[in-house]
Amino acid sequence: MPKLSTLFRLGVFLVLLAFLLQPQWFEPLLRPLVQANAPVIYNQGSLLQLTLLHLRTVAIAVSAAAMVALALAILVTRESGAEFLPLSRSLVNIGQTFPPVAVLALAVPIFGFGEKPTLIALFLYGLLPIFENALTGLTTLPPSVMEAARGAGMTGGQRLLKVELPLAMPVILAGIRLSVVISLATATIGSTVAAKTLGEVIIAGLQSNNLAFVVQGGLIVATLAVLLHDGLQAAERKLAARMGR
Amino acid sequence: MIEIKNITKRYGETAVVDDVSLTIAPRTVTVVVGTSGSGKTTLLRMINRLVEPTSGTIRLDGEDNRSLPGYELRRRIGYAIQGHGLFPHRTVAQNIATVPTLLGWERARIDAKVDELLQLFQLDPADFGPRFPHELSGGQQQRVGVARALAAEPKVLLMDEPFGALDPIIRAKAQDDLLAIQKHFETTVILVTHDMEEAFQLADRIAVMDKGKVVQYATPAEMLIKPATPFVESLIGVSERPYRLLAIEPVLSAVEPGSADGTAISSTLSQREALAELLWSGRSALPVADPAGAIIGKVSLEGLAKRAAGPV
Repeated sequence: MPKLSTLFRLGVFLVLLAFLLQPQWFEPLLRPLVQANAPVIYNQGSLLQLTLLHLRTVAIAVSAAAMVALALAILVTRESGAEFLPLSRSLVNIGQTFPPVAVLALAVPIFGFGEKPTLIALFLYGLLPIFENALTGLTTLPPSVMEAARGAGMTGGQRLLKVELPLAMPVILAGIRLSVVISLATATIGSTVAAKTLGEVIIAGLQSNNLAFVVQGGLIVATLAVLLHDGLQAAERKLAARMGR
Repeated sequence: MIEIKNITKRYGETAVVDDVSLTIAPRTVTVVVGTSGSGKTTLLRMINRLVEPTSGTIRLDGEDNRSLPGYELRRRIGYAIQGHGLFPHRTVAQNIATVPTLLGWERARIDAKVDELLQLFQLDPADFGPRFPHELSGGQQQRVGVARALAAEPKVLLMDEPFGALDPIIRAKAQDDLLAIQKHFETTVILVTHDMEEAFQLADRIAVMDKGKVVQYATPAEMLIKPATPFVESLIGVSERPYRLLAIEPVLSAVEPGSADGTAISSTLSQREALAELLWSGRSALPVADPAGAIIGKVSLEGLAKRAAGPV
């Protein structure tokens, strides 16, 4: 029943939109979570604005990570760049093993408070899934197809653009999807160094012991993650189906 | 004309292709036969420089194949492989248009060529053009693979076990189609296979390769009558010799004067088919009809037996 699930997704999206535009509509639902006189809906800024800033941070970090990771993966899968494969693999792995909190702590003294340290942490954290997936996609292409591409007289660049990247695209997209989901969640800690993200709502809730703040901040991030995950997966499936996989 | 001169390819110490020289006449079908590891595929791939030779030269119509960049050379030479290698993310029409697009043909010329080829391979352009390769049967995919190889009207078509993945019935049809198309475009075809039956079916000349060397390069008939080495003999199959000999010539050249009873056999069939018909129907002679249907004589069991006999 693809229709039903599409309707469901649309419903979730509309609820999210309603919550961001008219949060007071949902006040009765969240009221039981707070003490008598405490505010129910986040009141230190616009939820919509924070959501957009959160998404912007993720978009910038993941786009940069995707460009760098893809460029690296392309480089090391060329004949001339094969010797850089182990080096780039360990570099990217270090990015993943370094905890984002530690990156923030190290980046703040250099770049100051705000968005920059968060972007750096998210960028480093997002590299690995995209790089590994791009590598898998580019190294597991059907040999007969690659042979045919060479035999037809395509140059190296033409093979990359017309055959290798399109064929690897579903796998590359899967890596980008992973990075997007990880970054959406991780971006919340950026608010510990004063980046404008939805983490602000959660931190405010923790500081004032307001469970409703924590829940609404967390739910918005989670819903965004689910919707983006779903949307990107649908795109992957569409691409893969065209190729008869 | 393709002149292969003293071509050698070494990987480390081992010579995969060892000092091979062949001259291939234009507009003919040459089949390179050998067991796996005999170097036949490497030899083929050196013609369009997917593999660079260690030493030796290959000339196409007198021109050294190293006189232009590899990718430009390959756009001029058709290349069809086992398992077709169609681009799964492109439609059938886009697949066939690959080389003409690389060569920068005009849109209208490409479209006309794609339609012509699809029709030639008995695939309706309106129906099959927009399909993706996975929506075709194995035989159709293979035909599209050959159509793609022929799209830029190459003078030379290289084929590496193109029919290997097909079932016997579709393979026989594909072989017949290939011969018809080869005549239509007057292409020089070089085909690699391990199947001797296929070699005899298609070849004007056969080159047998063993351990990197060409051990015999001859017409099918010569090869049957005078196999150069025991290896060639075993490849042909001793018990198959008389039938292969009969399979080469059409009934027309075995027609004797006289008449016989029963249904006539077409003069364009092979003598092997005539023999099978004689044996199956338990008769000693059959009337022969030319393509127009007129009876032109008979073919007899005795006559065919003489033709099937090897040199003593």
